[in-house]
Amino acid sequence: MSGQSALRDESELNSGRVATADTSKTADVRFEHVTKRFGDANAVDDLNLEVRAGEFFSLLGPSGCGKTTSLRMLGGFEEPTAGRIFIGGQDVTDLAPYRRNVNTVFQSYALFPHLDVFENVAFGLRRQHVAKVEVKRRVGEMLEMVDLPNFERRQPSQLSGGQQQRVALARALVNQPRLLLLDEPMSALDAKLRRQMQVELKRIQSQVGITFIYVTHDQEEAMTMSDRLAVMWHGKIEGMGSPKDVYDNPTSEFVATFLGASNLLSGEIVRTEGGMVSVATSGGVEIRVPTSRVPDLNSSAVKVGVRPEKIDLAPEGSSPTAGCNSLRGRVRVSTFTGVGNQYIVETESGVEVTVYAQNLGSQFAPRSGDNVVLMWPEEHTFTVRPLGEKTEINELEGD
Amino acid sequence: MTEPRSRGGWGKRLAPYLLSLPAGLWLLLLFIVPLGAMLVMSLETCSPATGACVMTWHWGELPSVVSLYRAQFLTSFYFAAAATLADLVISFPIAYWIAFHGGRRKNFFLLMLLVPFFVSFIIRTIVWEFVLSNNGVVLHTLKNFHLLPHGFHVLGTGFAVVAGLAYNYLPFTALPLYVALERIDYRILEAAYDLYATRRAGFLRVILPLTVPGIFAAFLLTFIPAFGDYVNQEILGGTANTMVGTVVQNQFLVNLDYAGGASLSAVLLAISLVGIFLYARLLGSRTIEQYL
Repeated sequence: MSGQSALRDESELNSGRVATADTSKTADVRFEHVTKRFGDANAVDDLNLEVRAGEFFSLLGPSGCGKTTSLRMLGGFEEPTAGRIFIGGQDVTDLAPYRRNVNTVFQSYALFPHLDVFENVAFGLRRQHVAKVEVKRRVGEMLEMVDLPNFERRQPSQLSGGQQQRVALARALVNQPRLLLLDEPMSALDAKLRRQMQVELKRIQSQVGITFIYVTHDQEEAMTMSDRLAVMWHGKIEGMGSPKDVYDNPTSEFVATFLGASNLLSGEIVRTEGGMVSVATSGGVEIRVPTSRVPDLNSSAVKVGVRPEKIDLAPEGSSPTAGCNSLRGRVRVSTFTGVGNQYIVETESGVEVTVYAQNLGSQFAPRSGDNVVLMWPEEHTFTVRPLGEKTEINELEGD
Repeated sequence: MTEPRSRGGWGKRLAPYLLSLPAGLWLLLLFIVPLGAMLVMSLETCSPATGACVMTWHWGELPSVVSLYRAQFLTSFYFAAAATLADLVISFPIAYWIAFHGGRRKNFFLLMLLVPFFVSFIIRTIVWEFVLSNNGVVLHTLKNFHLLPHGFHVLGTGFAVVAGLAYNYLPFTALPLYVALERIDYRILEAAYDLYATRRAGFLRVILPLTVPGIFAAFLLTFIPAFGDYVNQEILGGTANTMVGTVVQNQFLVNLDYAGGASLSAVLLAISLVGIFLYARLLGSRTIEQYL
């Protein structure tokens, strides 16, 4: 393990610990140009990141994108190859894990198999020489909070996955850390339990008011729980902001396709006037995008995008509503999903566009083979930088 | 319809017994029968002249051999204990290093540890005799450089016996320790560091407790055979420091006192069983299998 050279005697523990300051709305965690190299691959590539105090922040991305490495550097388990990391204004880059006021919920929970639930939760307090009565009180309170009262004398092997996870959470939170790191804590739980734990985790976070940094590859999970999130790919942040911001206004092709689904059409910027950018798509149709939603006005080759649920279908021959972009096409596939219909429409230029229509029971519902007009408001259109020729999005999906 | 099915049922029911028959016979003939014969013999009285033995239910033989060979039992105990302790101290760092830092070459390192043990037990011990002898490589060189007095010798001392025992039984200590250490999930150690454990606390509070069953298994697997060993004492110990194993060997092969030899063996067996029983009580009988 790297960073262990800095491990010193236990007696120094209390004097050298990061002080817990007030949790005002300032940056609580800061990565400055952090790079981590394994061999000749950059796991994390010049990362700059700020997380505010009290925030639920998610690092989201496919496996191998550098999110877990970033978290491990924050916990002190990996040393950055370059750059500095600050927690609460203090440079912790060279601090050993036990000298950081940070606790982690590990992906595998990593409970101590030789200790019962009480001793697992008490482990951190005992290492900090907290008085016995105090340990008993705080462990009891914490087990109460994670809904595991009377579990003190159980062994970890006697617990279900969900219960083990609660113990892991209690074991970290009982130390009242400044920062709680969660490394895909739900990946071992089934879907139903996972949704239940998402709500639970959010409740606990608002109760304790600690900054949570949550690593996941599950975009729904990240969007449900986070105040803000960062989408990572190839060791870099591809998009960052509130879930709504990042979803509605993706700035890169990767974000547009990884976070939800997007229809993307290649095109070229031909004009900018009156706060609107016109993009000529390959089929010759011009699509208008607000200037504020074009990340780079200087590059002419872009991809213009729209989310499937933002598109309305209208019968053939309908004239587009003012302030809307429109494309003509023919329905190839129509799938009823209960809550709605999913259409795949082939446009005149041969591009397939996906459309989700909510099942309101009243609107126009074309069948496959019908000619339709696709319409969506200009303000829901965005452009992204196209990916390079070599980089394929599926490259990193799966394990 | 029912005929073939019932025959299949019979076959199925008999299968486990048929499959275990060879091993069962093997155990019966080569383990249970000799063990029984030894226990029976320990209660017989043998004529030193003819070697013929008669069952006399002579229970008194057992305590009498213990008191008669008390010194040898104690020597065996001290030597075996010292060798076991030395093995634990020597092999813990080795096993620890292979388990946590061996990477992809763990099996290679284990093999390297075991390579000397492909050579026969006796040959290995005789080679040690060469190494430790007065004119051997080590002592001769050290004496030439005047680092040791001229009369210094190792062979024929208790130290040589303990060294030989420790060397010969090292794998029996190293392997169970390795198994115990290798099974520790590294992430558990990271969790300990995350929860304010220093390196020392991580070792004392996490690694050591999780290694205890392995340490105990290593102790049994080393101590028991070392306790009954006679080869090391014979070859390296000279005439002094007789261990109980040597006595047993002499009783059988030199004095032809089969009853006395069998009684000593029975006592040795009883001592080993107490050790295993304690292990099972303290650490559960299931864990012992995992380390054997």
